[in-house]
Amino acid sequence: MSERYRGGDLMSGKAFFINTTLCTACRGCQIACKQWNQLPATKTHNWGSMQNPKDLSFDTYKVVRFQEHMGSNNKPVWYFFPDQCRHCVEPPCKEASEDDAPGGIIIDSQTGAVLYTDKLKKMKAQDVIEACPFNIPRAKKGTGYLSKCTMCVDRVHNGLLPACVKTCPTGAMNFGDRDKMVALAKDSLAAAKSRFPKATLTGLEDLRVFYLLAAEPKKYYTYANVDVLPGGMDRKMALRKIGRSLKDLSQEWQFINKLAS
Amino acid sequence: MTNHWIDIRNSDCILIMGSNAAENHPISFKWVTEAMKRGGKLISVDPRFTRTSSKADFYTALRSGTDIAFLGGMIKYILDNNKYFKEYVAEYTNAPFIVADSYDFKDGLFSGYDAKKRKYDKSQWAFVKDANGVSKRDRTLQDPRCVFQLIKQHYSRYDLDKVSATTGTPKEDLQKVYEMYSTTGQKGKAGTIMYAMGWTQHTVGVQNIRSMAIIQLLLGNMGVAGGGVNALRGESNVQGSTDHCILFHILPGYLKTPKASLPTLAAYNKKYTPKTNDPLSANWWGNYPKYSVSLLKSYFGDKATKANDFGYSWLPKLEDGKTYSWLDIFDVMYKGEFTGFFAWGQNPAGSGANSNKTRQALTKLDWMVNVNIFDNETGSFWKGPGMDPKKIKTEVFMLPCAVSVEKEGSITNSGRWMQWRYKAANPPAEALPDGQILMKLGKIVQYLYKKDKNAVFPEPILNLKWDYATHGEFDPHKMAKEINGYFLKDITVKGKKFKKGDLVPSFAYLQADGSTSSANWLYCNSYTNKGNMAARRKREKSGIGLNLGWAWCWPVNRRIIYNRASVDKYGKPWDKEHPVIAWDPKAKGGKGGWVGDVPDGGWPPMLNADGTPNPKTKYPFIMKPEGHAHVFGPGRADGPFPEHYEPIECPVEKNPFSSQLVNPVAPTYSTEMDIYRSCDPRYPFIGTTYRVSEHWQTGVMTRWQPWLLEAEPQLFVEMSKEMGKLKGINNGDKVIVESARGKVEAVAVVTIRLRPFQIEGNTVHQIGLPWHYGWVYPKDGGDSANLLTPSTGDPNTRIPETKAFMVNVRKV
Repeated sequence: MSERYRGGDLMSGKAFFINTTLCTACRGCQIACKQWNQLPATKTHNWGSMQNPKDLSFDTYKVVRFQEHMGSNNKPVWYFFPDQCRHCVEPPCKEASEDDAPGGIIIDSQTGAVLYTDKLKKMKAQDVIEACPFNIPRAKKGTGYLSKCTMCVDRVHNGLLPACVKTCPTGAMNFGDRDKMVALAKDSLAAAKSRFPKATLTGLEDLRVFYLLAAEPKKYYTYANVDVLPGGMDRKMALRKIGRSLKDLSQEWQFINKLAS
Repeated sequence: MTNHWIDIRNSDCILIMGSNAAENHPISFKWVTEAMKRGGKLISVDPRFTRTSSKADFYTALRSGTDIAFLGGMIKYILDNNKYFKEYVAEYTNAPFIVADSYDFKDGLFSGYDAKKRKYDKSQWAFVKDANGVSKRDRTLQDPRCVFQLIKQHYSRYDLDKVSATTGTPKEDLQKVYEMYSTTGQKGKAGTIMYAMGWTQHTVGVQNIRSMAIIQLLLGNMGVAGGGVNALRGESNVQGSTDHCILFHILPGYLKTPKASLPTLAAYNKKYTPKTNDPLSANWWGNYPKYSVSLLKSYFGDKATKANDFGYSWLPKLEDGKTYSWLDIFDVMYKGEFTGFFAWGQNPAGSGANSNKTRQALTKLDWMVNVNIFDNETGSFWKGPGMDPKKIKTEVFMLPCAVSVEKEGSITNSGRWMQWRYKAANPPAEALPDGQILMKLGKIVQYLYKKDKNAVFPEPILNLKWDYATHGEFDPHKMAKEINGYFLKDITVKGKKFKKGDLVPSFAYLQADGSTSSANWLYCNSYTNKGNMAARRKREKSGIGLNLGWAWCWPVNRRIIYNRASVDKYGKPWDKEHPVIAWDPKAKGGKGGWVGDVPDGGWPPMLNADGTPNPKTKYPFIMKPEGHAHVFGPGRADGPFPEHYEPIECPVEKNPFSSQLVNPVAPTYSTEMDIYRSCDPRYPFIGTTYRVSEHWQTGVMTRWQPWLLEAEPQLFVEMSKEMGKLKGINNGDKVIVESARGKVEAVAVVTIRLRPFQIEGNTVHQIGLPWHYGWVYPKDGGDSANLLTPSTGDPNTRIPETKAFMVNVRKV
């Protein structure tokens, strides 16, 4: 059994459940994140959309993405995708950094939050970004330091909700124990199906951020849900390549836990 | 609102029209979401597919300025298809009232129109009275001259073809909306309307709302949970400012500002105190003198006595027939007739229609006091685009003031809830709370008047009771108590003994003889000997969301007004699952009483349990002289029934509903800066203005917030893909939007969410811009969209018509 820390099993830790069918794109979450983390505003211009900043950056951990389509009945549909780090249970960015920058990416044992430390600077920023199937980490120009959503782990450890969840007025953003969020997601999907027959859930298998989408993920955003890593490899395949499966992980964690108790 | 925010969750069908609630009242959307979770449906009707539309069960578009056509079609549908709640309409509204023969409507004009004065003689729109002076009525709604038959006749022209050709809304969409919404006419079902500036900012603004009020009455949606006519106010405390009546035509509590033709208090009270001969009508405004005298006692204290008419002669008077509204102020200012101006917590250089006229008007002032928290286009007007400071004589004083969290006081929300707020931080440097600035200003003006032996008419200033400070600081509690009111001497009222200095428990105890004071009778009950009711924070554990123990609302903490229309004549709720009030015969030791919300008057139900009429009852709509809600509304300046008229600047030459193209009594102005162009090939597109979640009003506060500016950095103009193709404009291109009055540069957002309208066989394009930007900051943000808008407005309220005007667009 390896001494490397493995991300914990799917039953423990926290998760976000984001019900995009309730999201009105008010940007409260985007701005609450900025406020809590005291991130500077970036210079933006209107590029023909309400989506601003246009993308995640070193100073922007959360972006609400806007996508309009012509729906059925010849009426528009407007999809809102509050994009953020998925806090993967088995993060590919961490796998990619183990050799060159051990301790650069850690997983908080209480919540499962995937966190970057200053040891990560030993790694080339681009290599970390390319490992992420969801195109999340962003580097600071000049220094190459990386940043992303921290799950507001400081708030959560003190019994508070992440800032984006606290602020959301409609109940689109939810947060809690992972198994409870899984249950909420499944219930919400069932309720949404009558209005949105094509509704789908993402992330239940191996992430800590689940999205309920009214339609196929690609209609929301290229990286809304991806099974394929940059380089064409399936996430499951990638794990198998290093001799692990998700089921293995779960069993292994339970074994470790038992030993430790 | 007649109802309140949380109540929205009780609705079976929510129509959001003239509002983009998800965008501009994002927290309110929590309650819409809740209603939808419980099976309620959401309909969004808007020229643009908005963030609200993205959540709606059904969306359709209409051309800006055609809401009455749309809603008139719904009225026709409801009547033709018997969707109305018959008992409610016959018993609680004036639909059965017989209208006098002097009332007529022909080809777009109501009877009594004076074309020269551009005014109606409203006395023509009267009811037939019986021998006792009570309006005759036919509860079977059959009489050909009863309101019900007249309204049927009026909207018979509003068929699907005509409505569709006017609004540009496809017929099947109109049908769908009408079907969905009119299901709420069933007993036990409730529909609500959430509306905002999209309805009010038109020359037919008030009639837009009247249309919906009529629909709500026909469907029995007034006074019930999940129903009502719900205005979403545009500022957190504008409801408060409206209630305290800082507009020219009203005094606190919606009393009337006296006119010069009413020289005595008796004449004034007589004119504004309605009378009724119907013993079943509560005619609550019959108490008017109690409120006006109590107000005068608040203003002038001991100086107001019976002998001097309680100081009535010290109140400023309006000249008969003259208006002093926002549009009038800047018209007069433009003509050079103002010396000075307080721009207090506002930014007229960006917020009022026809900004170029406003900005020019400011140059005519000798002085201006700009009370605000940041620099803005008004305070700095003299160095704005096109201005030469050397040629401008205006001396501008900037008084920095505290923001809302830097002072204690109350805020009254759209739902009439007065919620007390505490001070969280000190204002920076020299910034003072507005109350403090006003206190000091008042004291200094009084001192100057005292000092100057030649002061003209000093009594109103010197006799003003001005004692709202504690230790030299404005004391919001003192003011709140004054607003509630005091007993000014030992007195017994309704069998209860009160001492001098006691706070009055409710407006039912106010007197017309000078023994009570109240700076706003509507708020009497908000701060009593029991304490500051607005500061209460007890959450309801279960129920329909009334939260009777959380803060305080007017009147007397009644959460849903007109709630005695939510029960049948026996006092049983129409909706058993969401009762607002119910008559419990066992309550009050067997005497019987209402349970639930504060009833809209404690009188017993109209019928006894055995079906005999109860003479002690009153009709439910107690604020109307005859106790019945107005389907026929004889008090409006432009007619008792809403009628479709085109906006002053419109894209059509003919009104399909009549020969009267525009509102025959809408005000327009005549300086060289007041230009109106209809059907002018230079301005072929409809323009409208709106807001985004991330900014607020003219952006005076929000443009300086980096995180908000980051999310919405620049002025943009939304247009359809078809229009983009027509004008060779791509998404993200810089364009100029121009009207007869001014122009702005904006970024084009070319989108599928806007589509051209088919209006009477022609393709008409519509575009829209937010009005949050100004030249002061940021430099590349763009300027105010009000540079485009016209100085015309509603004849009742004079709110400018900033939602429909004509423009052109071209690539830079």
